[in-house]
Amino acid sequence: MSQPVLVAQNLTKTYGNNVIFRNISLSVNERDTIVIVGPSGTGKSTLLRCLNLLTKADSGKIWLDGVEITDPTCCSEDECRQRIGMVFQNFLLFNHLTALDNVMIGLTKVKKMPKEQARRKAVEELERVGLVDRAGHYPGQLSGGQQQRVAIARALAMEPRVMLFDEPTSALDPELIGEVLAVMKQLAREGMTMLVVTHEMGFAREVANRMIFMEKGQILEEGTPDDLFERPKYERTRQFLWKIAELHGRKAPEENG
Amino acid sequence: MAAAILPPILWALIMLIEFIRYIAAGTVTTLAVTLVALPLGLVIGLAFALAHVYGGKVLTQVMRLYSTLMRGMPPILLLFILYFIISGSINLSPFWAGSIALGVVSSAYQLEILRGAILSVGGDQMMAARAIGMSRLKAIRYVILPQALRLAIPPWSNEASIVLKDSSLVYALGVAEILRRAQQLSATTQQPFMAFGTAALIYFILVFTANRLLDYLARRTQIPANPLG
Repeated sequence: MSQPVLVAQNLTKTYGNNVIFRNISLSVNERDTIVIVGPSGTGKSTLLRCLNLLTKADSGKIWLDGVEITDPTCCSEDECRQRIGMVFQNFLLFNHLTALDNVMIGLTKVKKMPKEQARRKAVEELERVGLVDRAGHYPGQLSGGQQQRVAIARALAMEPRVMLFDEPTSALDPELIGEVLAVMKQLAREGMTMLVVTHEMGFAREVANRMIFMEKGQILEEGTPDDLFERPKYERTRQFLWKIAELHGRKAPEENG
Repeated sequence: MAAAILPPILWALIMLIEFIRYIAAGTVTTLAVTLVALPLGLVIGLAFALAHVYGGKVLTQVMRLYSTLMRGMPPILLLFILYFIISGSINLSPFWAGSIALGVVSSAYQLEILRGAILSVGGDQMMAARAIGMSRLKAIRYVILPQALRLAIPPWSNEASIVLKDSSLVYALGVAEILRRAQQLSATTQQPFMAFGTAALIYFILVFTANRLLDYLARRTQIPANPLG
């Protein structure tokens, strides 16, 4: 049986009178790849940021490896974040550092790893995303797809228990999406625990073992990708998933057969 | 007798050299005042800029008030006020009191320069740094400041030349810097144009050189293909 790595219970987040999401509960198990889909403004990104403690939820609890990280007495937020990798829609590499230094900085400054060891580790991580030959390039000298792969390597270098992806391909030119998805697929195969907000339905069907459909700040439906695509409980789920699949040029499953 | 034989242009040249030699002694003082005031203003300005951006509501308001007040008065007036406060409470020479006062005046402007630079690096970089487990302090130290300070060099270069020129204000406190020595020359030689012209020339060379050096620094530290510029 796989262990729950990241568990959220009854998370609620509001900005003023504006409810972003209410009473969200979810559990991410070891080696899970969970894809969250839903229309924009449903609170998917905010949910990821709350899970990572980058944004404080108004109420609700979060556990990481069985330890409640929303409990201020348990551990420091900084230590928790080290164990939760995060990849952003717009990459957010550190502009003043080369690809290698972007991957290294967390190791040397947060984990206090000796420089040589950190460099070796960073090179390994860059190898993993296929960018060792770009180690000396600055973010501005890399394509969007390359930047995102460096961002993934930066998160991986910290050896996180779980990786959160916040629409990792939404800001990319269509021809660059594939290289990022390929890296993510490989990660999933290697058994990385992942929670992915994306509109890439092909990725979801191929890689995810669970899908969550969020709308208006709530989880409307969840299940295996096949469940949601083929046998959704709600017509709304079917509508949304297929519309997105079409928009992204993927054929609906029926048409394949 | 020999003087009569020399052509006037040569006379002028000799006089200019003499004037420069006399005023050059003041140049050292001018540079000293600047080299106290600028770094002092930088340290205070940086601390206050960080307090302004990251310090929470109360500190932000305090910093805003400080900046607005300090920038809302003529530097010479602040120089007098601060000079009499400083020299009233501790026994300081006019040089130190004037330099410190100029530094404090400059800190308000440097606060704004650095605040703008920090804000243009943006909250996203902070978020990315926090996401790999950096504390706020580490994020500021290793991610925000290295970028913000680079962005701040061109506007800071402008402030540096203003402080260099404003160092002439300590003349009013009796410090023998360039302007004061030029004035002494003007009075003793009855050659005001030559005296002040020489001072102007020296100031220009100093400001020009300082700006070129900072341009060079900006180029040297430029991040390749930086989206922030």
